[in-house]
Amino acid sequence: MPLLEMTGICKNFPGVKALDDVCLTLDSGEVLALLGENGAGKSTLMKILSGVYTMDKGQIKIDGDVVDIRNVWDAMKLGIGIIHQELNLIPDLTVYENIFLGREKRNPITKRIDKAYLKQESNKLLNRLGVHIDVERIVKTLSVAEQQMVEIAKVLSMDCRIIIMDEPTDALTTDEVRNLFKVVRALKSEGKGIILISHKIEEIMEIADRVEVLRDGKYIGTRVVSETNADELIKMMVGRELKDKFPKVKIPAGEVVLEVRNLNVPGMLHDISFELRKGEVLGIAGLVGAGRTELGKALFGFYRYSGEIFLDGQKIKLTTTSAAIEAGIVYLTEDRKEEGLFLDKTVSYNMTLATLKAFTGLFGKVDAPREAQIVNDYVRRLRIKTPSIYQSVENLSGGNQQKVLVGKWLMTRPKVMILDEPTRGIDVGAKVEIYNLINELKESGIAIIMISSELPEILGITDRILVMHEGRITGHLADFEATQEKIMRYAISAGGMDLGTK
Amino acid sequence: MEQSKKRDWSAFLRGMQSVIGLLGLCVVLSLLSPRFLKWGNILNVLTQTSLNAVMAIGMTFVILTGGIDLSVGSVLAFSGMVTAGMIRAGFNVWIAVLAGLAIGTALGFVNGLSVTKGNVPPFIATLAMMTMARGATLVYSNGQPKSNLGKAFGFLGQGRILSIPVPVIILFLIFIISYYILGQTSTGRYIYATGSNEKAAKLSGIKTDNIKLLVYAISGFTAALTGMVVTSMLDSASPNAGTGAELDAIAAVVLGGTSLSGGQGSVVGTIIGALIIGVLNNGLNLLNVSSYYQQLIKGVVILVAVLIDRRKR
Repeated sequence: MPLLEMTGICKNFPGVKALDDVCLTLDSGEVLALLGENGAGKSTLMKILSGVYTMDKGQIKIDGDVVDIRNVWDAMKLGIGIIHQELNLIPDLTVYENIFLGREKRNPITKRIDKAYLKQESNKLLNRLGVHIDVERIVKTLSVAEQQMVEIAKVLSMDCRIIIMDEPTDALTTDEVRNLFKVVRALKSEGKGIILISHKIEEIMEIADRVEVLRDGKYIGTRVVSETNADELIKMMVGRELKDKFPKVKIPAGEVVLEVRNLNVPGMLHDISFELRKGEVLGIAGLVGAGRTELGKALFGFYRYSGEIFLDGQKIKLTTTSAAIEAGIVYLTEDRKEEGLFLDKTVSYNMTLATLKAFTGLFGKVDAPREAQIVNDYVRRLRIKTPSIYQSVENLSGGNQQKVLVGKWLMTRPKVMILDEPTRGIDVGAKVEIYNLINELKESGIAIIMISSELPEILGITDRILVMHEGRITGHLADFEATQEKIMRYAISAGGMDLGTK
Repeated sequence: MEQSKKRDWSAFLRGMQSVIGLLGLCVVLSLLSPRFLKWGNILNVLTQTSLNAVMAIGMTFVILTGGIDLSVGSVLAFSGMVTAGMIRAGFNVWIAVLAGLAIGTALGFVNGLSVTKGNVPPFIATLAMMTMARGATLVYSNGQPKSNLGKAFGFLGQGRILSIPVPVIILFLIFIISYYILGQTSTGRYIYATGSNEKAAKLSGIKTDNIKLLVYAISGFTAALTGMVVTSMLDSASPNAGTGAELDAIAAVVLGGTSLSGGQGSVVGTIIGALIIGVLNNGLNLLNVSSYYQQLIKGVVILVAVLIDRRKR
């Protein structure tokens, strides 16, 4: 008898059939991967299981008994725990306070919280996971990976039998992912049933026993991982074959556009020097915290720095982001929602915000017809799928949102584009579109810096790779010599003697 | 043009429920009191409303950036008092009024400086200004009102142009200018952007600090302008003028559907919000409801209106 059986699940949202007759089974001691593009219904299905949403139709059985899950508490009592993509910890509380939040053991008479007991239990849970985190640390001082471990410990403390993880590896580095998978295997051996929502096929092949694919809210099929391959899964997922995952275009590099000499940002970047040529994609690899994003932002005038930056041979001083934009350097943020988009605003609003001055006439009036014309032009060129340029960007898919931001920066006619994790949280199909777009930009003569944590992507798309570690450049690889192993070695190594920041 | 139409339409929709509320209120009051729909009474409502509305428009700018301005009532009092003092000291009325407006704008600018350069939360920065400006008013006036300000100055609050009261005309002008700035200009977009997502605004090259300085200065200006009109209307600057006015202004903004977290809202909504409060005050007076009950009813109306707005989202 399976641990969990969901059948005929239907869920409608206004105007959308989010789930249409979807089923799922899970055994104890099994890792089931739930695969699908964004909007396929993975998260909705799991939110139904964990009591966040209620289903319109369908049946859920646990151990063969029909259960009724109407809210989060029902799900918890049934032993269903979920680790959301956006972690649900209280940043200002300690690790052990978070683990037992709402379930603190208290002295029966004085009602005082038994801290010693909570700390001890928290330690036990974390040890069981094989991680070493001081339980008295404040959660906001932990890395994302550590916070995730705390979430897992929290779920374990509730004695959950079914553990759902929503895109757990998205914000993790390769090492941290390896560690997470160790924990997943440990949980599996304890007989837990684990559902892993993901769109990273390599990872699924590594960790999952079975994989279920959803597409457009419909059940497409289930495969045993050992009997399938990435191509088949991608085909099931996108409903078509993806011919070329990394369509790299080689063009001869032109003259030097950007030259950075001895760039220093106190506490962040040390002695960064490199050149960037026209029509080149320069990859920047490294672990989380290596200073890649800081480098991107420093070149965008976000920090005070020392050192010299030359653009087209002219020394420039980047004191503000607007100075950078004016000079021709733009930065596409890694955090689309927090730092890039105005979610409640329209496609048009988002695209022209950085270039409004060009549309502004007498008395500061924005020339709306000209604006609309240009936005429509970019929407067409970038193949942005939106019903109208007046659609709120929050209703667009991740890939199209990213294209809106690319469009916004293209309008500034940049010479250098810094793309920070441009494909994070984007479907496989849409990723290829972004890669093609990067190639087009490159061919149009824009020099590109691409920061990425996904090694296959950085190997597949860039012409040259810089590897960073603790705010320094520790490695420099041409694409023909670069391998994942070489990059990792530079990313972990310290390079010089002085480790600077620590 | 499609764009501006589109924007009007969404602002219109957002304002719609408050329009219905306002119309409903008017219908009920006209049935309950025959005096309500008299031309004289309507002008009276508009004049009374214009005081709160002008200030609420300034407040809308601040709230759109995600801030708040608690100092408007005190700024109103201080600038009114300074202008009255200057008139009594024999200064030209125009110069006195310009000085009053300049002082209000400057105080708003100081609010902006505390919020941007000083990194003080808007609530605290403007709370401090509220206390300071009130204190300055009391010090400057020695706690005494300054009255008998002359006919020329009285025109601002009591005069009429083509039988329309001057305060209503002032409101109309301020409304048109604000509507234009927020809806048609790049500055307006930057104001919404700052409130919608400040980080993203900064990373788009928008100088959000300058935008904030601007909105607090605007709020200071509209507060001072209201101070001029109130002082002129009463022919007297009272050290207690505008006490609690910030709450009426915030209530008008919120009733108009502007989000307190910033980035969403319009001055059209604010005008309607101010009218709802104005009509309610007027109606309750006409119906001889005691002032104690008036407070109670106003509070309930604000809560219910906001609850309805919440449920719609």
